[in-house]
Amino acid sequence: MKSLEELKAIKEKMKSQVNIREGGDDKIRVVVGMATCGIAAGARPVLAAFLEEISKRNLKNVIVAQTGCIGVCRLEPIVEVTEKGKDKVTYVKVSPEMVPRIVAEHLVNRQVVSEYTIGAAE
Amino acid sequence: MLREISLHMLDLAQNSLSAGAANIAVFLWADRKADTLTLRIKDDGCGMDEEFLERVTDPFTTTRKTRKTGLGLPFVRLSAELSGGSFKIASKKGAGTEVTAVFGLSSIDRMPVGDLAESLVTLTSQCDAAGAELTFSLKADGKSFDYSTSEVRRVLGPDISLQDAGVLQCLKELIRKEILVLD
Repeated sequence: MKSLEELKAIKEKMKSQVNIREGGDDKIRVVVGMATCGIAAGARPVLAAFLEEISKRNLKNVIVAQTGCIGVCRLEPIVEVTEKGKDKVTYVKVSPEMVPRIVAEHLVNRQVVSEYTIGAAE
Repeated sequence: MLREISLHMLDLAQNSLSAGAANIAVFLWADRKADTLTLRIKDDGCGMDEEFLERVTDPFTTTRKTRKTGLGLPFVRLSAELSGGSFKIASKKGAGTEVTAVFGLSSIDRMPVGDLAESLVTLTSQCDAAGAELTFSLKADGKSFDYSTSEVRRVLGPDISLQDAGVLQCLKELIRKEILVLD
């Protein structure tokens, strides 16, 4: 890539935020299933929507990760949200359009979007 | 079925990560003269023995223990052959694997290349989590685009995570600005 200078700009921007990121026990982990089944069902745009929404809101306590096949391929794209001391929440058949609501209600306000969960789908 | 070549690229590179690769090299070449679009993924993962290699594009072959199907390689083979192209896989146990899918560039049955930038940032985050390095090289019409996670890491330094949403978002914008568009 040629635009190394612009990469440096990212570095400066991030440096100023490093302090905020450290510490805090309130980390939330968002895991997107990204095996062949997930990819085929549209997991990549879902992951992109999470990254966009989280960086837009500048949420520093959220970690977005990817995993392989979760095991219920027919319900992909699947997104799991885990918080310390709480049960894991599994969202199924997630589309990019559903992501802003999950971010706003669950990641920010800590209210599970029940109608998108595996419990509501099954 | 996957709908974009960039999704196949993502899927195949993930196989490399599952194989414990430390280095993954992805090439995508468009050759107008030969009318081919070649996707090649080369890794230094655990590789396969000959017996497994022979049946690896059979959809009922997998190393997975929970179910008896693995569809990534059969899908890409099908996509390539449907567009009048070909598929090749070479692997050596303990040394690595090289997968090559050739698509017919102007074939009406060739799937679009799709969003390469999005696949690249997705992979960048995964490689960062797995401690692997990715290089990507795209060539078309006498022009080229090269990307490597080690270069990004060198510029950003060790303190900045390549899994951070903000970093990945900026990275995607930068890649979008420079990448060659084939579709």
